This record gives sequence, structure tokens and C-alpha cells, in this order.
Amino acid sequence: MHNERPDPDELLARVERDQSLASRGRLKIFFGAAAGVGKTYAMLLAAREKRAENIDIVVGLVETHGRKDTASLLEGLDILPTRQIEYRGTVLHEFDLDAALKRKPSIILVDELAHTNAQGCRHPKRWQDIEELLDAGIDVYTALNVQHLESLNDDISQISGIRVWETVPDTVFEQANELELVDLPPDELLARLKDGKVYLPQQAQEAVKHFFRKGNLIALREMALRQTANRVDAQMLDYRDNHFIREVWQVSERIMVCIGPNGLSERLVRAGKRFANSLRAEWLVVYVETPELQRLSAEQRDGVLRILRLAEQLGAETVTLSAPDMSAAIIKLANERNVTKIVMGKPTRRGWKRLLLGSVVDMLISDAHNINLYLLGSPRPDKNANKAEPSLYRKKPLPGLSGKPGSRNKTIKGYVWAVAVTIASTILSYLMFGRFELANLIMVFLLGVVFIATRFGRGPSILASFLGVAIFDLFFVTPYFSFSVSDSQYLVTLLAMLTVAMLISNLMANVRSQAKVAGHRERRATVLYAMSKDLTASQSEHDIVRTAVHHLYSEFGSRNVILFPDANGRISYPQGPDMPESLHAADLSVAQWVMDHNEIAGQGTNTLPGAEAIYFPLSNKETTLGVLVLLPVNLRRVFLPEQQKLLETFLGQIAQAITRVRLTEQARKVQVEMEAERLRNSLLSSISHDLRTPLATIVGSSSTLVEEAQNLKEADKLELSRAIYDEAQRMSNLVNNILDMARLDAGAVELNRQWYPLDEIVGVVLTRLQKRLAGRPVSVKLPDGMTMVYVDAVMIEQVLVNLLENALRYTPEGSALTISAEASTAAVDITVADQGPGIPAGFERKLFEKFYRVQPEATQSGVGLGLAICKAIVVAHGGSIQAQNRKTGGAAFSFTIPLTHAPPMMDE
Amino acid sequence: MAQTSPVIVVIEDDPAIRLFLRTGLSAHDFKVYEADRGRQGLVEAGVRKPDLIILDLGLPDMDGVDVIKNIRAWSAMPIIILSARSTEQHKIDALDAGADDYLTKPFGLGELLARIRVALRHSVSSPAQDQDGVFTTGALHVDLMKRQIRVGDRDIHLTPIQYRLFSVLVKNAGKVLTHQYLLKEVWGPSYRDNSHYLRIYMSQLRQKLETDPTQPQYLLTESGIGYRLKV
Repeated sequence: MHNERPDPDELLARVERDQSLASRGRLKIFFGAAAGVGKTYAMLLAAREKRAENIDIVVGLVETHGRKDTASLLEGLDILPTRQIEYRGTVLHEFDLDAALKRKPSIILVDELAHTNAQGCRHPKRWQDIEELLDAGIDVYTALNVQHLESLNDDISQISGIRVWETVPDTVFEQANELELVDLPPDELLARLKDGKVYLPQQAQEAVKHFFRKGNLIALREMALRQTANRVDAQMLDYRDNHFIREVWQVSERIMVCIGPNGLSERLVRAGKRFANSLRAEWLVVYVETPELQRLSAEQRDGVLRILRLAEQLGAETVTLSAPDMSAAIIKLANERNVTKIVMGKPTRRGWKRLLLGSVVDMLISDAHNINLYLLGSPRPDKNANKAEPSLYRKKPLPGLSGKPGSRNKTIKGYVWAVAVTIASTILSYLMFGRFELANLIMVFLLGVVFIATRFGRGPSILASFLGVAIFDLFFVTPYFSFSVSDSQYLVTLLAMLTVAMLISNLMANVRSQAKVAGHRERRATVLYAMSKDLTASQSEHDIVRTAVHHLYSEFGSRNVILFPDANGRISYPQGPDMPESLHAADLSVAQWVMDHNEIAGQGTNTLPGAEAIYFPLSNKETTLGVLVLLPVNLRRVFLPEQQKLLETFLGQIAQAITRVRLTEQARKVQVEMEAERLRNSLLSSISHDLRTPLATIVGSSSTLVEEAQNLKEADKLELSRAIYDEAQRMSNLVNNILDMARLDAGAVELNRQWYPLDEIVGVVLTRLQKRLAGRPVSVKLPDGMTMVYVDAVMIEQVLVNLLENALRYTPEGSALTISAEASTAAVDITVADQGPGIPAGFERKLFEKFYRVQPEATQSGVGLGLAICKAIVVAHGGSIQAQNRKTGGAAFSFTIPLTHAPPMMDE
Repeated sequence: MAQTSPVIVVIEDDPAIRLFLRTGLSAHDFKVYEADRGRQGLVEAGVRKPDLIILDLGLPDMDGVDVIKNIRAWSAMPIIILSARSTEQHKIDALDAGADDYLTKPFGLGELLARIRVALRHSVSSPAQDQDGVFTTGALHVDLMKRQIRVGDRDIHLTPIQYRLFSVLVKNAGKVLTHQYLLKEVWGPSYRDNSHYLRIYMSQLRQKLETDPTQPQYLLTESGIGYRLKV
């Protein structure tokens, strides 16, 4: 039923997907519920079948764990040698990615998709190796147990009680082209285990035995089957999409997962992933940082950061917002992004606190319309579980991502100040005691609290509040020097004083931190503005790189360098002088990898985390332009959400600036080429016409003279000879013009400027053109007295000759010509005017272009270079030339020669 | 003297131009000897003792200016140089080295014959002209002995420098004189760089002698090279 036409954008996306799939290798996963179900065996069987079909199949790495029946299947297959890496005295055998890429078989077998590589390998995880194989167009067979799936990690650890550290992102699993479920009923598996047919690592015997309980195995089997069923379902949906079967109308869902700095976040993210998968929806993970949250410890903030990166790995888009009101920010974003479902944790505040202070969930329930809320409960508190390490992402800090020690000194100083100020308040109150009301003394203490709150924040101000209340009670409330209170009135006073002090200190602390946040934000905006301003001003790639390197250094404190590929696509170090901020220790092979894959690599990332620097691809929409190598002094300065955003913006701006400059350069080149092409064409057509015409006469006439010498009358011979002479003359002029233009164009002309009387120049010109000017009344109007011009006389004479010849060519026989000049102290204007038909409107400027003729097909001689030569010469003299029609009819060409200095004096 | 035809040596490497010169000049009763190299030309000039030499400046084996210097070392015979366009400085160098006149390629036979006539007359008759000191061309009449200059029936009065300049031109009438030569002759060797002096005086002379200074009849400018008094 084709009741809906396919959306063209969707079609295009599908074509692109098909194309990228066509070049990408195919991934086949042998999927099982637990170790020992026979995945490797099944994989090898499949390999042998392919081998029998004469397909180039290679074993990259297979673990037989000494099982004979499995090992026997290896016989007859090509086996790639493993890479041996020495690690703490033992030799580890790792998959050799580079050898595999070099060998480039059709299919390669790589066991254990979830394996973690030894240090020193390119990627920390084997699935990343496999991604690269697929990118290289190699088909991969691999094996995976359900427990290693990232999104199921939580659930399985709850069922089995064992947390699996080696996980594979769901995206890898979902990208598999084929999934083969290797299934074995739990009883048979247990039987095999009893027979010792299942490999178990020695050191973990007990734990693993615990794992292989029947209940566990049933649950795992169910999960494996369900995952496989989901995949089949997804494939079917894909198929329907591809064939435009639209009976099922799908609402496009978008899920938003809100996380906070608590232990629930990781589970929220995994739940969101599964939810999104089941709905085939896009999903985003949001962290709203309120001013209070900004006060969290560095470790807690890093925890949030890790969860966000986990979400990214699971395929989510992550957003970090900075806003004072969490629920408002969430609703705003949800509306902007058309979110249909929000997933978040159950409110942590309970009872009266929730009633009094409210909770984000309650706000969302009342304010978020059209959005469904899903609340995830927290697990029952586990007495045994250590609260400090609820998850993998907490426990294992990213390399280098350790929190900074904090400004402990400053805090201590704050408390000292709190004590000091309280003492000062006490002394002041003591002096006032008896003369003023007690209420005024309270004000003195409150003043101290406010002062501390503004200067040192919450902790010290709370201390000051308590101290203040205690001292007030001790010294100024009867009975003196005792904490007991005689009059119950004072109890109210003290309580109110404490409350006010606490409220003030809280308020002030909030204001302070908000000001700090605002300050940070403003500074980032300023930094960004400064760089984008500089980038806009940069006119060359070199400038941009200098600007970028400088700004990156001043913002992130990191020496850095931007590397570009050469003509062959190989990354190379830039030529030219380096800057003090330049980094010299970039690893070109890492940079090359980043360039080729358009992915980030280096320290703190998933690729080559052992590298010292971080390598960012600089890319625009179409291509990777280059690589930014940054040597971070402190990873936090780069990977904190705000900083990362800033860096991303920086990178985007730099890439954009480079793209802009390159496009401009390209456009300029194209224009120059087009101009050159146009010139070449008009030159060819002009020259071929204008040179061939006289040549035809010359060849024809002279051949007649040679071949018909006896038959020709003397008068005819003379006439033929004269024709040859005239045409040769014409050609000579033409060639001179072309040569002049070529010389002027090549910039080979050096002006030989001297002082000349204007009348001498005009005299030379008129003498040269004497014959051709015969029959034309020429009037010369020069200023009275001697006008000296500082010019290259030969050149300026050429200008006048060309202008006069031009006038002769385009005006009727016998019409008058005028040469006139006007001199001022600054310049001399010279005009050649005629009484011809004038210049067609709109052609006044074009006339001076090379090879331009008003009527290209006319038979007038000349290639249209005369006026272009005039312009070139006048411009070389620092002057200008223009053409216009005279009011009295005819055209006037005038040029201006500036007088740069005074004419020489004569001494006689 | 009247019976023997003048001898001309042509030093030119292009055979087509040699052919044109040979046929054209022979038709006007000149006896022509040819050389296609500078060294061979020097030998011809020494052996044939010609009345005039036509020399191409662009020779394959040696610089035309060196050929002129070599000849001038032993003979004052007139030399007319042929050169391509756009090499003014080369022409000036050749003229300053002692060449009598120049022609720019391409040129017609008529122009060449006119130059040859002027050059031959000079080599024969300048001493005689010096003696009687009278020169006439068109309406211009000059008597150097009496210091008298007339255009038509108009007496022309010149300042001392103007007169000195004009007399140099008259003595070399028809011949092209470079700026350097004129400056040296009129103002002395220390004024070599002040060519604008020369131009201003030439302009003044035209104002006095020519009916229309912008269309001169007598005092012609050889653009970029120098001046010539028309005969």
C-alpha cells in the first residue's frame, strides 16, 4: 500500500546509508548467553564453510582455551600471528590490527568483542579495533556474550551479583549486519561445565561458579533471546521503512533523560538507552547545573562528566545547561527539542522538605504539558555496597582527570576571618552595651555575618552566625557568662538572630556563586568574541593558524599546533616560523589517524589514550581540514563540560575561518582563471582574425608576383607590391601593440621619467602621424607658456598616438580632431576629442579592457589593444584615463598625469 | 668621383634582410658587400674601404656597439645602424659610440635611401659647409659666419645658449644627435645629466623658428634618442 509518497530527504539519507554500507565491511556477531555455549565453535564452523567457497578468510585471533574440538577446526585456516606485548613480566598476545589492515582479507575472525586491549595497543577496546577493520571494508566475524552489552550491564550485575567490567557499546551491537544466536539450554551448559568443557579462569573459580547458577543462566538466556528478538524486530522495521510499508504510523519520539550528581544517573542513562531503543526514538541526556550544583566538589562534577560521556557512548546527545531554575530549564529545552518523554529519578526530598522546598519532579508535573514523565526508582540501599563507588564510571577515573586539591588555604582563611570578625563585633557590642538597645547589638553581629558571607561564602558565614549567637547569649543576655537564658523572650531573639544570620549567609553565598558563574560565562563570551573577531580579521590561512594557536594558548594554557595535510593527504609539520605557543612534540602518526578518521584521539579519549597530547580533528561539513594538537596542562581545563563546549566552539570557528579563507582563495583563483581564459579566447580570436587578414593579402599578392611574373603588366605588379607593403605595415603596427601590451602586462616596463615640455611630446606625435592625419583639421590647444610634465615621453607619446589612431579609425573622413591640455599645480589633463558618433552608452569603461571592441565583427583593423595600452601606461604614471561623449557631439578621451614635484628651475 | 658607384658594406645576420638590402641598394647604383657576422664585417670594412656601413645591432657573435668602436678606432666612415624597436638605450649607446644614424626595423627602402644620402653628404661635404657656413632648408636660412638666421623674411634673434645649440644642429644637419652629445657640445661635459635643459631650449627654439611648434618643420624630435635638424 503506497498511500504516502516517500520523503525525498529520507530517500537521500537511505541512498547515502546504502553507499556507506556498501564500502563498509559487514559485521557478524555470534551471540550467546554465557561462556561455554559454543560461540567460537560456531564461528569457526562458519569460517570453514566460507573457506570451502574459496573466500579469503583469515583468523585474526581465536581463543580455543585448549579445547581440542575447537582447535581442530583451526586447521587449514590462515592464522594471523598475534602481536606480543610484554606487560609486567608476562607476554600478552594481542590482536595485531595493523597486520590485519595490511593483509586486508575479505573476512577476518576476531574473537571476544568485549576484550580490553593491553596497554600499548592503538585502542583500549577490541570493538574499536573491529570498527577500524569495518571502516577499511573488511568483513568481521566476532563473538559476544549478552552480559557484556553496555545497556544490560546494570541489570545483569543485579541478577548475577557480578559486575562485568568489559562492556561493548550497544551501538556496535546494533550495527551488526548479522546476528547469530548460539543457544544452549542451561541444563546442557551446566553438564558441559561439569565435564570441564567450559573454560574458566583459575583465579576466579569461585565467583564464576556462583555465576553459573541455573537461575542466572535462565535469566541470561532470556536476555540473549530478547536482544536477538529486538534485533530481528529492528531489521523488520528497517525493511518496512526501506520498502515504504507504512501501515504502522509512527510518531517520532524524543526522550530526554535528566541526570544529576547522584548515584542514580548511570542507571537513568542506561534505562533511557533501553527506552529509546524500544521506541526507536532519539534521546538526549541533560544535566542542568544550578548555582548550588556548581559548588559541588571536583570529584562529583567529574562524576557527572563521566556519566555524560557514557551517554554519548550509548548514542545519546548530551546537553549541559547552566541555569538557576532546574525545572524551568528542563521544560524550555524539552519544548525546543520537541521532547515527548522525560526520564528522571524519583524525588530525593521526602515528607515536609518536599512540601516546603518543592522538587523538580513536582514542578515538571505541574508545568510540563504534553510531556510524559517516567520516574526511575533508586535501588534499595545496600548495606554492603560502598556508597563511594556505586559504578564503574565512578571508580575508575579517566586518566589524568583527577580533581584538583582545592583552595584549602582560602577556606581556612575564611574561618579565621569569621572568628576575627565575630570577636571584633563582640568588642564593639561590649563598648555599646548599656548605651544602646540589645536589638542594635544584634545588628552589629548580623553586620559581621553579612561581611563574612560576601567575602568568604557559606561555611565561614554559618560559623560566624553560630559564634555570634553563642557570644551574644554568653555576654549580653542574662544570666551573663552562661548559655542559659533567663527570659524566654531572649530565646525567640536568639532563634530569630540565628535564622536571619543563616538566611543572609545563604543568600549572600548564592549571590556570590551566581556572580562567579556570570563572571565565568562573561569571560568565556569575551574570549570567544575576541577570537572570532581576530579570526574574521585574518585574511590568510597562516593568520588564522597564528590567531587560533594564540587564543587556544591563552584560554586553555596549553601549547598547541595546528597541522594540515599536504597535497597527498599526509599530515606534516607546518613550514614557516613557529610561535612561542607552538607545540613541537606532536605525534604525526596519531595526527594522521585523527585526520583519516575525523575522530578525537590522545590523552583522555578512547583512542591512543597513552599519547601525551590530545588530537582534535578540525572539520567542516564536508571534510576534515586538519588536526589540532593540544598538550593540556590539566585535563580538567579541557574536558569540563563548559570548557569542552568552549573548545568545540573554538574548533568550529577555526574550521569555519579556514573554510572561508580557502573558499575565497578558490573563488579568486577561479575568477583569475576565468579572466585569463576569456582573455586567451579573445586574444586568439582577435589575433587570428587581425593577423590572418593582412597575411592573406601578403601571401596572395606575393605568390601572384612570383608565379605570374611574365604575364603581369607593370602597373599590376606595382599595385600588388603596394598591397603587400600596406598590409605588412598594418601587421607591423598590430604586432607592436601586442608586444607593448605583453611588456606592460609582464610588468617588465620601467618608466624612464624625465621633465619634458608638453609641446615637444605633442610635436613628436603629430610628426609621427603626419601622413595619416593628412586631410584632417587638427587643432592643438595647449596652455600658454611652457608646460612641463614628468613622464616617460616614449610611453606618453604612445598614449597620444593610440588615442589619435583610435579617433581616426572611428570617425568619418575629414572630421576635425582636437588635442587640448589644461595644467594645474597638481596635474596636467590632456584630452583628445573628435566629432564622430561618440561612445555608445555604458561602454565608457569597457573600452579600456583588453581586446574589447564596440563592434567585434567590424572590419576595422586593430585588436582592441590600443586603449588598454593607454590605460596601462597612464596608470603606471599614477594617473587615470576616461572616455566620455562631448556635449557638442563626438567623443573625448582624457587622461591625467599628476605632478608629483615641482618642475626644475632654469638658470641662465 | 662621379663615375664610381659608392661602396656599402652590409653587416646583417638575417639573409632575408640582406637580400632586400642587396637588391634595393644595387638598383640605386650602390655596390654592396655583405657579411653575416661582426668579425667578418670588420674584415670586409677593412678590405673594401666602403663609403658607408649598414650595421645590424643584434649580431650573433659580437655586440654591434663593439663593432662601431672598433671601426671608429681607425675610420670616420658613416655608419647607419639597424635595430629592433623598444631598445632606445641600445640605439643611444650606438650613436654615442660613433654611429651616424639609425633605422628601426621594420623600415622601407625609401627611408633607408634618405638616411644614406644624408650620411654620405656629411662625410663628403661638412668641411665645405663649415667653410662657407650657409645652410638652407625650406624657409629657414642660416648664415653661421654672419650669425644670421631668417625664417622667410623674418629675422630671428637667439640668446647665446640658444644660438650655440642651434649652430650644433646646423653643423650636423640631417643627422640625429643624442641628448648626451648636444649637452656636451653646448653646456660642456659636467651637464650630462641635465637633459631637461636641452628640452627647454629646444622648445624655446621651436617657439622662435617654427610656425607651429606642435607641428615642427625643422627641429624634429627623435623620441627617446635626441634631435635632428631636418634637411
